[in-house]
Amino acid sequence: MHAKKHNGEQQQASLLQAEHDDVVVNIRDLSVWYRQRQVLHDVNLYLRERHVTALIGPSGCGKSTLLRCLNRLNDLDERCRINGEVMINGRDIYAPDEDVVSLRREVGMVFQRPNPFPKSIFDNVAYGLRLLGMTARVELQEQVRQALQAAALWDEVRDRLHNSALELSSGQQQRLVIARALAVQPKILLLDEPASNLDPISMLKLEELIASLKIDYTILIVTHNMQQAARVSDFTAFMDGGELVEFSATGELFTTPKQRRTEDYITGRYG
Amino acid sequence: MQNRHSQHISREFNDELETIRSQVLRMGGLLETQLDKAIRAMLDNDQALAAEVKRGDAGINRMEMEIDAACIDVVARRQPAASDLRFIIGVFKTIADLERMGDESKRVAKMSAAERASVLPVEINAELRHMGELVQGMLHDVLDAFARLDDQAALAVARQDERVDAKYKLITTEAMRFMAEDPASVQAAMSLMWAARALERIGDRSQNIAEHVIYLVHGRDVRHLPLDDLFNPQ
Ligand SMILES: Nc1ncnc2c1ncn2[C@@H]1O[C@H](COP(=O)(O)OP(=O)(O)OP(=O)(O)O)[C@@H](O)[C@H]1O
Ligand SMILES: [Mg+2]
Repeated sequence: MHAKKHNGEQQQASLLQAEHDDVVVNIRDLSVWYRQRQVLHDVNLYLRERHVTALIGPSGCGKSTLLRCLNRLNDLDERCRINGEVMINGRDIYAPDEDVVSLRREVGMVFQRPNPFPKSIFDNVAYGLRLLGMTARVELQEQVRQALQAAALWDEVRDRLHNSALELSSGQQQRLVIARALAVQPKILLLDEPASNLDPISMLKLEELIASLKIDYTILIVTHNMQQAARVSDFTAFMDGGELVEFSATGELFTTPKQRRTEDYITGRYG
Repeated sequence: MQNRHSQHISREFNDELETIRSQVLRMGGLLETQLDKAIRAMLDNDQALAAEVKRGDAGINRMEMEIDAACIDVVARRQPAASDLRFIIGVFKTIADLERMGDESKRVAKMSAAERASVLPVEINAELRHMGELVQGMLHDVLDAFARLDDQAALAVARQDERVDAKYKLITTEAMRFMAEDPASVQAAMSLMWAARALERIGDRSQNIAEHVIYLVHGRDVRHLPLDDLFNPQ
């Protein structure tokens, strides 16, 4: 039923893309099933280097699923089937010879629920570095400090690095998991509702953080906060029911959406 | 509000936008009355009516402030997006134009004081009357286009402005001729020019509002575009 429309969208997506030579992530006709149920339908989307792209859409529309496809976290679930193509820096990440460990280093992810390990603050941030084989104490300390500073948490935890991460407030935990993701210096950062537990000031600080990270990272952020999407992102993608409905420059999407479904969603209307 | 049929989940928000919309139309209606009186005062040299126009302008100013406050409130509390945002921005601009049209109407009414009739040929009054009708028609049509969010109707209004401009040119040329031919007619001819100028401004502002309507329906800024480029329906 949707075949025609998808074709149109694909054409539009590839047209847009042809204009840019800084596309680092290119998602083509991506479909995902959990058992029999299809949850992503021919999604086409690309991320431009050192830009922030926001992903918005109603709960259950497939945002987290899409994020998990970008570092192959869905591989861990054998009920999950994937069709389509995800190219990162020109490489098909679902190719048989893809090194998943280095892929996950390249594509860092911060999950929807902050999930610090039941370890010390220091060990949480050092976790990925140790996996990569870093053992020199001084070097570890330096990297951990930098990551905590980048995540705007250093000043609050510098005196208690060896206390349990679980004693942090949920807003601090949220920044801790961002620090953990940053520690291994990914190129692409996937943030799944990173501000859902934050007070307004911490939220603005996080947005500042995202703005400063943009200098080095390509960022995809999922958020249910429309104003936040409008503030932090250069491009916005709207998903609904597993389909990518619209993808535009953020200012355009929030003032002049092309699709009626986008319009209804961002203005809070009944579809 | 290109999709007026689907409602906001927040009924209060719906009501707020609807209230603003009807307030703008009420302000527009008030202005229509003012303009009508002003033109009659000018053509009939009716000073009492002119005084009425002068007093009536306060109502327009008050409505502008009320609608302004309502829009600011919506921006602060609802953070409108997309068509809602364009609607609010369109209203902000529209009421500013309406308020200025109120000022121009006062100017038109003031011209009743000049003894135009005794000095100038009667035909020129007919031209002025016709120009007044054109401008009133534009105002009426653009308010109608706003009420129905009808971009085609708004485009038609924008096109009418050319006729007003042509009329304005004709009247000013005539006025210059009177002045050249008869120094005694200078004051009357000046008054004629000022009246025509005020009417021409009112036409311009109706055209502005037409552009705001096209913007809020389509999201396209059509100011400073040649009319023929205004839009190509897909
Ligand atoms: N592991 C899984 N097994 C089965 N179904 C799943 C699984 N993960 C997600 N789904 C289903 O896939 C659909 C998309 O889920 P997803 O978590 O991607 O939504 P989302 O857009 O991130 O929603 P939210 O905004 O609530 O986080 C949902 O219908 C969900 O039930
Ligand atoms: Mg999710």
